[in-house]
Amino acid sequence: MSAEVGAGSAQRRAIRVTVNGVVYERVVEPRLLLSDFLRHELGLTGTHVGCEHGVCGACTVLVNGEPARSCLMLAVQADRLAIETVESLAPDEERLHPLQQAFWDRHGLQCGFCTPGLLMLLKSFLAENPSPSEEEVREAISGNLCRCTGYQNIVAAALEAARLLREPVAG
Amino acid sequence: MKPPRFEYHVPELLDEALGLLAELGADAKPLAGGQSLVPMLNMRLARPGHLIDLNRIAELDYLAERDGGLAVGAMTRQRAVERSTLVREGCPLLAQAIRYVGHLPIRTRGTVGGSVAHADPAAELPGVLAALDGRITLRSRSGSRVLGPDAFFLGALATAAAPDELVTEIWVPTVPERTGQVWLEVARRHGDYALVGLGASVTLDGDGTISEARLALIGVGPVPVRARRAEERLRGERPATSLFREAGRLVSAEIQPETDVHATSEYRRRVAAVLTERALAEATRQITRETVE
Repeated sequence: MSAEVGAGSAQRRAIRVTVNGVVYERVVEPRLLLSDFLRHELGLTGTHVGCEHGVCGACTVLVNGEPARSCLMLAVQADRLAIETVESLAPDEERLHPLQQAFWDRHGLQCGFCTPGLLMLLKSFLAENPSPSEEEVREAISGNLCRCTGYQNIVAAALEAARLLREPVAG
Repeated sequence: MKPPRFEYHVPELLDEALGLLAELGADAKPLAGGQSLVPMLNMRLARPGHLIDLNRIAELDYLAERDGGLAVGAMTRQRAVERSTLVREGCPLLAQAIRYVGHLPIRTRGTVGGSVAHADPAAELPGVLAALDGRITLRSRSGSRVLGPDAFFLGALATAAAPDELVTEIWVPTVPERTGQVWLEVARRHGDYALVGLGASVTLDGDGTISEARLALIGVGPVPVRARRAEERLRGERPATSLFREAGRLVSAEIQPETDVHATSEYRRRVAAVLTERALAEATRQITRETVE
């Protein structure tokens, strides 16, 4: 359990968070948001910060496997939990995750601001529903705002990724 | 936007949380799923001196059959309710309504108790409690009490919970025999706040007349509204399209929705009438498996 550290006006707590399989131990102020913890404390700037009140979905990460807004969680709440961010997707510098490949191939992004949130949301969604209908994809991504694509190519990429994940290419 | 400074408490037992609430009173705010409170902190609309994080209290996370209904612990995630077979079979209205609560990545964190305690006028769970005459359990260090929705929901974002009380459980009755339950709502996008939402529960007796009808609406007033005149009109009648249309008219006359940036009062009345008609037809169809003429 997270422990209180030091005295004085600003309470700080020691936390232990697993992010993309790596265990990090840090001492943070309770009011630090998980999104800022990932970006500023750990330097994992793949998680984007948009509205900071849970509307845009750009900061979506996986918390113990479930998609969640990292701007609506405190870093201290992630103590002893496992977080996955967009940095965990690609297996190495050369290859893309099937979701990333599908977004690339289907032009599922333009400016890319919403993309990390969409990728993480879709990773969990497709794991639970490997053969979604277009309607189900649209409902699943309804909480992630994109101002470039009009969603058409994102939906196409999600369906393509579902296919790729169902039938992995040999090699 | 960053939250203001607060003291953070993370009890692992309910009794600890109740002790902290008793001690800290109105300067403390319980933190459930955080899907409404954390935005308010980020925008500094809320500045509690103390946050009591309930997320480690495992004893408040459960779904169980009890007293002819379903008891749901306050810290049960909305997503867990959505996935529950117990809910799907025992309370179809709750199973349908929960899918309209926020978006998928909101429901993974959002909790049943948090939604009920927040009491947003457009929130689905208060509407389900109103439609089914559910119950809300409140606990404090000095005891517990159980309230119905009329006694609990007092106004927009206002409930009967005292500063030292915590919503610990909700309870909804199991769906009776020969009963159809339907949740419908209209919003700009799936998952957005409802312009109008409606929960309907219709029971037919052996000869096919309506023995019980319940209608509750959200988004049309500060608290969930029961359409009691329309319910009264339906009881003892045989299901018919003309009857459902009349019930819709009664509902739209009975409610007093406000005009805001999202929709006018008149629009909300019309939507309420149409949703009533559709929900009654669908609820009846669920029982008879026939379309009502």
